[in-house]
Amino acid sequence: MHGNGHNGNIRIGFYVCHCGHNIASVVDVRQVAEYVKTLPGVVVSRDYKYMCSDPGQELIQKDIKENNLNRIIVASCSPLLHEHTFRRAVEKAGLNPFYFQMVNIRENVSWVHTETEPATEKAKDLARAAVHRVFYHKALETKKVRIHPDVLIVGGGIAGIHAALTIANAGKKVYLVEKEPTIGGHMAKFDKTFPTLDCAACILTPKMSQVKSHPNITLWTYSEVTKVDGFVGNYKVTVRRKPRYVNEELCVGCMACIEKCVYKEGKSLDEFNEGLSKRKPIYIPFPQATPQVVLIDPETCIEFKSGKCKKTCVEACDRKAIDFKQQEEIKEIEVGAVIISTGFKTFDAKRLPYYGYGKYPNVYTSLEVERLVNAAGPTGGEVVLRDGSTPKAIGIIHCVGSRDKKTNRWCSKVCCMYSLKLAHLLMEHTGAEIYNFYIDMRTPGKGYEEFYDKLLEENVHFIRGRVAEVTDCASIPDEQGKLIIRVEDTMIGIVRRIPVDMVVLAVGLEPHEDAQEVRRLFNISCSTEGFFLERHPKLAPVDTFTDGIFIAGACQGPKDIPDSVAQAGAAAAQALALIDKGDVELEPNTAYVVQEECSGCRTCLTICPYNAISRDEEKQKAFINEALCKGCGTCVAACPSGAIKQNLFEDEMIFSEIYGLFEEKKNIEFTNA
Amino acid sequence: MKKKYIYYPGCSLRSTGIAYDESIRAVFEKLNIALEELEDWNCCGATSYFSVDEGDAFALASRNLALAEQQMGNEDFDIVAPCSACYLVLLKTKKILEENKDLYAQINLKLQKVNLNYEGKVKVRHPIDVLVNDFGLDNLAKQVKFPLKGFKVASYYGCQIVRPYSMFDDMYNPTTLDRIVKALGADPVDWPLKTRCCGGSLTGTIQEAGLRMNRFLLQKAQEEGANVIITCCPLCQHNLECYQERINKQFREEINIPVIYFTQLIGIALGLSSKELGLNRLFKKPSLKRFAVQKGEVANAW
Repeated sequence: MHGNGHNGNIRIGFYVCHCGHNIASVVDVRQVAEYVKTLPGVVVSRDYKYMCSDPGQELIQKDIKENNLNRIIVASCSPLLHEHTFRRAVEKAGLNPFYFQMVNIRENVSWVHTETEPATEKAKDLARAAVHRVFYHKALETKKVRIHPDVLIVGGGIAGIHAALTIANAGKKVYLVEKEPTIGGHMAKFDKTFPTLDCAACILTPKMSQVKSHPNITLWTYSEVTKVDGFVGNYKVTVRRKPRYVNEELCVGCMACIEKCVYKEGKSLDEFNEGLSKRKPIYIPFPQATPQVVLIDPETCIEFKSGKCKKTCVEACDRKAIDFKQQEEIKEIEVGAVIISTGFKTFDAKRLPYYGYGKYPNVYTSLEVERLVNAAGPTGGEVVLRDGSTPKAIGIIHCVGSRDKKTNRWCSKVCCMYSLKLAHLLMEHTGAEIYNFYIDMRTPGKGYEEFYDKLLEENVHFIRGRVAEVTDCASIPDEQGKLIIRVEDTMIGIVRRIPVDMVVLAVGLEPHEDAQEVRRLFNISCSTEGFFLERHPKLAPVDTFTDGIFIAGACQGPKDIPDSVAQAGAAAAQALALIDKGDVELEPNTAYVVQEECSGCRTCLTICPYNAISRDEEKQKAFINEALCKGCGTCVAACPSGAIKQNLFEDEMIFSEIYGLFEEKKNIEFTNA
Repeated sequence: MKKKYIYYPGCSLRSTGIAYDESIRAVFEKLNIALEELEDWNCCGATSYFSVDEGDAFALASRNLALAEQQMGNEDFDIVAPCSACYLVLLKTKKILEENKDLYAQINLKLQKVNLNYEGKVKVRHPIDVLVNDFGLDNLAKQVKFPLKGFKVASYYGCQIVRPYSMFDDMYNPTTLDRIVKALGADPVDWPLKTRCCGGSLTGTIQEAGLRMNRFLLQKAQEEGANVIITCCPLCQHNLECYQERINKQFREEINIPVIYFTQLIGIALGLSSKELGLNRLFKKPSLKRFAVQKGEVANAW
C-alpha cells in the first residue's frame, strides 16, 4: 500500500489520551498504544492521562526532537476541540502542523459505547486508519486574509443596542439593522424591570438615542438582511430597506402629520401596544421611537388603497418629508464580523385553549399587561379591564407554554421573575388580591430571591399547581360573572376554584418566527428547540460554528435583560478581538486545479456554492480563489476529469485511510477505485 | 364513504343503552350507510380491566379487532364503536400495539391460540366521525325532513371520544356534534362544559361526588337555555338522565331536562318514529311543546 506516492522515510509518533476517565474508563488505552506500536512507520506509541495538558504537549515535542518524528497522531477528543492545540504544539517542535492527524475516540468511541472489548477494537481500527493516512500528508501553508474592520449587527433590541455601542465606542464602524420601524425591541414595551423596579424606558431610551447619534453607527431600521456572501473577515451583506413613505432625512418627528391624518381615530391594531389600542395609517410606534421618524402603513392608508385621499398629512408637514413614491432601497455592505441578536417571540397563548385566551376578554398575556401598567401605554398606566372596570382579584398563571411536553419543554427562565414584578405592579396599581399559580418558583439571580421574599411579605398569594383551566362557568353565586381558575393546590392536596376578574398568562419565550430564515442566511445552526446554537455551551457561548458570526441575547435561548446585555458585551468583545487582529488565517483545506488535466468544461463553475471558481479565458482553464473556497469538496467530486484536488482530502489520503480501516478485516474485499 | 362498516355495539348498547343501538341502526339505515355487526364480539374490557391486568385487557380488546379483520377479508371496512368507552379502548389498543412491537407480538401469540391474527389494518371509527367526515354534513342536511328550527341543543361530548386521542375533533373545544345539530336546523347552545366529566362510575360508588359533577352539567345546560342535551355515550346518558330527581331533592334544584342520544335527535329530524328511535325508553321524554318546533307532522312522530 505504501509503495508509492508518499514522501520518503515516515516516522510516526502515536499518542492515545485517557482524557481522565472519559476515554480510559471504556477503552483499554494501553492496549491501543501497544497495538499501534506494531504498525508500519510507527516509531513511538504512548498513552497519557491528558494529552492536551502542557506536559502532554511537551511529551510530543520531546519525542519529535529525540526520535526525529515527522508524523504525529493523537487519539483523543473531537478535532473541533483540540486539533488547533496539537497542530500548534507540533509546529513549535519544528514540524509542519499539517503532518498532524487527530483521531476522535471520545465522542466517536468511549462516549457512545459501553463495552470495553469492542470499543477498544474500534479505537484500534480508527488509529490504524490514521496511521495509513499520514503517510500521504503534505506540508501545507496557511493563508492570511485581511479582515474588514466594520461590524454588522442584526436586531436592535437591548442586546443589539449594547453590542453596537460597545463596538462603536471602541472606534469601529457598526451597521445596526432592525426589522421594525424602531429599535428597542421587547424591552421598550416594558414598564419596570425586575428586581430593582427601575423604569425600562429610563434606562433604555438614553442608549437608543446614543445609537442614533453615534458617529460610528449606521442605523437602518425597517430593514432586513436579504443576502450574505463571503467568509470570516470578508462578508458581503445585502440589506433591503423597506419604504417608510417618509423621508428619514427630513422628518423631525413632530407628529403633526399624525394629528392631521384624515382618520380622526386609530384604524388598525397598534402592534407596539400589543393590539390593546389602535393606530392611524401614519404613525410612530411610540414617542421615544428611534429614529424618531413617522411611517405610513400602505395596507390602511387611503392614498395607497384608492389614491383619492385629501392628503392632509402632506399639508401638515412643513418639511415636505412625506413621499408616497418612496421605493425600497437595496444596500450592499462589506463587514468583517456579524453579531446576530434577533431576539425571541412570546408563546401564542391561543395554543392552549383551556386558558381561554381570545375567548374571554379578561384573559391577557403578560406582554399585554406590561403595556397596561405602562404610563405610556394604551390606558395611561391605569389597569382597567376591557369594560373599563378595575379588577379586584387577579390570577397570574406561570409556565404558559413552557415546561410542557405538548408545547415547549424548556423553562423560559424569565417568567417567574416577570410574574413577580407584574404581581407587584398590579397590586400597586389596583390594590387587588393577586394570586400566582406556579409549578416551581425559579428565582436564581442577583437580588431575585430577595424580590420573591418581598412579594411574600406584600401578601401576594402563591398557589403551587399547574392550572387546569380558566372558565366563566360559575358553580356558586360568588363565582357569577368572574373567571374561575381551576387548579390543584399541590401543597394541600385539593382542587381549588379561584374566582378572579383578570387572568394574566405568563407566556414563555420561543425562537423568533424568522429564526430558520436567519439561520440559513448566515449559515449557522439551531438547537432542537430552534434557538441559535452556540459553538460551545460553556466555553464559546457567543460564537457560532461559522467563523466571524456571533450571537447575543434571547435568540440563543431565553434570557433576561442582564444576561442579554452581558452576552452582547461578550459578543462585541469577540467581534472586536477578531477585527482588531487585522487578518485571519484560513484553513488550507482548499481545492486546487491541476492545470494540465483541466479541460475547461465549466462544470465546477456552476456548482460552487461560494462563487470561488472562475475561468481563465486565455488558458481555458478553471481557477479557484483560495480565499473564497471553503473546502466543501463539491467541485472535487463533480470534476469529470478528476482535475480538482483538495488539500488535506486528497484521494491517496482518503483511500489509504479506508484501506487502513479495513486492513485486518480479511472478509471485506477492498479495491482501490 | 366505505361500502360497509363493521358495527361493534358493546355491552351497554345491549342493555341500558339499547336506545342508542336502536337509533343508530335506524338512522344509518335511513341514510343508507351499511352496518354489519361484528360476529362473536366480546367485551371491550372497558376502562377498568386495564388497571387490573393490562396484558389480558389488550388481548381482550384486540380479539375484537382481529375478528373485524377476519370479517372484512380483503375489503377496506372500518370498525364503528358508538359507546365512548368501547371506542377509546379499541382505539387505544390499536395505537399502543402500533407503538409497542413487543406487546404486539405477545398479544398475537395469545390470539393465535384461538386461531386469530391481528395485523393492525382495521381503522377504529366513531359514528360521529363517520357522519361528519364520510357521509358529510351537507348530505345529512339534505336528508332532513323536519328541520328542528328553534331547538336549543346542548351537545355533550363527555371525556373519552376526543381525549387523549383527538382523531376527528379538537381535544379542548370539540365542535362536530354542534355542526350536526346545525345541519339538522337546530341551534347549538354554547356551553363550556361540553367535555367536562359526567361523574362516570362515581354515581354508583361515591354518589355524593358523582351527583355534584352531574348537577353542575345539568344546571349549566339548563341555564344556557337548552331544551335538550345530546350525548354520544351510554354512561353519560344514564348519569345525566337518571339522577335528576335525586339531585333536585338533595341540592334543592329544579332540574328538568331531557338527555337523549345524538342519533335520536338526528332520527327525529329525519322523520323516524319514536319507536324506531327508542324514544319510548327514555325516562324523560322531550315534549314537543317544549321544543316548539313545527306543528303537524313532527308531532305525529312522537
